[in-house]
Amino acid sequence: MRAIYILWLRELKRYVRSRAQIVASLGQPMLYLLVLGFGLGPVFQRAGNGSYFQFVAPGVIGMTVLFSSIFSGLGLLWDRQFGFLKETLVAPVPRLQIMIGRTLGGATVAIVQGLLVTVVCVIAGFRPHHLMMVPVALLFMILIATVFAALGVAIGSSLQDMQGFQLIMNFLVMPIFFLSGALFPLTGLPKALAAATDIDPLTYGIDGMRASLLGLSHFGAKTDALVLAVIGAILLVIGAHRFSKIEI
Amino acid sequence: MIRVRNLVKSFGAFTAVNDVSFDVERGEIFAFLGPNGAGKTTTIKMLTTLLHPTSGAIKLDGLDPQKHQNEARKRFGIVFQDPSLDGDLTAWENMEVHGVLYHVPHRHRRERIEELLKLFELWERRKEQVKKFSGGMKRRLEIARGFLHTPRILFLDEPTLGLDPQSRNQLWNHVKKVNEAEKVTVFLTTHYMDEADRVAHRIGVIDHGRLVAQGTPQQIKDQTNTQSLEEAFLALTGTTIRDESASGADQMRQFARMWSGGRR
Ligand SMILES: Nc1ncnc2c1ncn2[C@@H]1O[C@H](COP(=O)(O)OP(=O)(O)O)[C@@H](O)[C@H]1O
Ligand SMILES: [Mg+2]
Repeated sequence: MRAIYILWLRELKRYVRSRAQIVASLGQPMLYLLVLGFGLGPVFQRAGNGSYFQFVAPGVIGMTVLFSSIFSGLGLLWDRQFGFLKETLVAPVPRLQIMIGRTLGGATVAIVQGLLVTVVCVIAGFRPHHLMMVPVALLFMILIATVFAALGVAIGSSLQDMQGFQLIMNFLVMPIFFLSGALFPLTGLPKALAAATDIDPLTYGIDGMRASLLGLSHFGAKTDALVLAVIGAILLVIGAHRFSKIEI
Repeated sequence: MIRVRNLVKSFGAFTAVNDVSFDVERGEIFAFLGPNGAGKTTTIKMLTTLLHPTSGAIKLDGLDPQKHQNEARKRFGIVFQDPSLDGDLTAWENMEVHGVLYHVPHRHRRERIEELLKLFELWERRKEQVKKFSGGMKRRLEIARGFLHTPRILFLDEPTLGLDPQSRNQLWNHVKKVNEAEKVTVFLTTHYMDEADRVAHRIGVIDHGRLVAQGTPQQIKDQTNTQSLEEAFLALTGTTIRDESASGADQMRQFARMWSGGRR
């Protein structure tokens, strides 16, 4: 337990100390929120869908959690390159605990990032429908963070170096984001696109966020939570397995 | 303390460590010498549970590191060839993380960290992030960290690579001091023959994955009819230059060095 705690704490310390990175990683969600939120607003309104800004804010929060958690999982590659990974792998601690410590740390950082963006959204004018439901939104943030931190660890354990990083970015992370319905409503999509959004885990995360923050949902919050929990559990098992197989 | 029998490690068709056998006694300083790519690091990785041997037997303090991984891991400390500190953490925090991972009890941990940081002359800088340290300071911190959980065996893989003569000298003095004070068995590799001659009780020379000679420095010089260990080494391993095949890991190493400001 102490090992899990100290590795979790390490992730947090690294996060707090990288101030430049915190600011930089808030820039992108900001851009989506302000440019898309206000830019597409009139079109969205004319189509009779209400405020696009309100609609896109949960998507941008979800996006922040997605990027942040997957990157922290991929931080494994960084630690492999700069050597700290070896130090943890020769320690007399079961690998599972090391993996859990790292994953929880990464997930926590992602949740903090998500909360920061939430605050920015509120400052920019976002208003949740029911304040009572905000803790449910937090639960969805936790679920998204866990799913993608575990995915990041699974991928990070399978790659030897940073070379695959750009590939993962372009062919996994960006599609996960764009297909999740973070930027558009899920109703009335063409069949092929609908099928793609249905198999994207983030879709359920964003839908759950909207369910709790806006009271509108495609699948229903319970389904969303269930799907995320199951996928999260599967990815944690895969991540732990991949992690246990690392040789240096 | 260390007992190795017919150890083999193959990567595909390539055999990096080929039928190596040796013993290291308790409290001994044993130096593993060999040209680039001879199989030194690979041997250390197998001894320290990071790689599975293809065949052969290893005993560390009577334990098989494959079967009793965690028990074996508690017994050794290791300083890797490549850096393994967390640059974002301070010197103290790096020690603290290590102490927790090795189950060193809280009070004892604080005392021991203080003692070691003072011994390795890092106490004044304990609150600084490690990425601001010089190569020599980082190396000293890694060695101090390796001693933190009072291991019975310390592995040092080219610990003085890239250090200036002063730092090298100081580092070996520390290692000898702790070796004598705590009766720690030391298994080291180095490129510098004079260092091996100075600190090692016994030496093994490895080339192309095979152990080609072992004994005290004097025995090795006598065997090869040479005056210095350097000459003996060249007599045993030839004078051709080995260019270590630039594997992915080597490229990464270079890359890491480039981006860490050439600290080593
Ligand atoms: N994971 C690996 N896959 C393939 N070849 C490897 C691997 N690790 C090491 N080698 C090769 O094994 C040989 C011995 O390497 P090493 O033990 O690092 O040598 P050194 O004596 O310089 O420490 C080298 O030729 C190296 O390229
Ligand atoms: Mg080596």
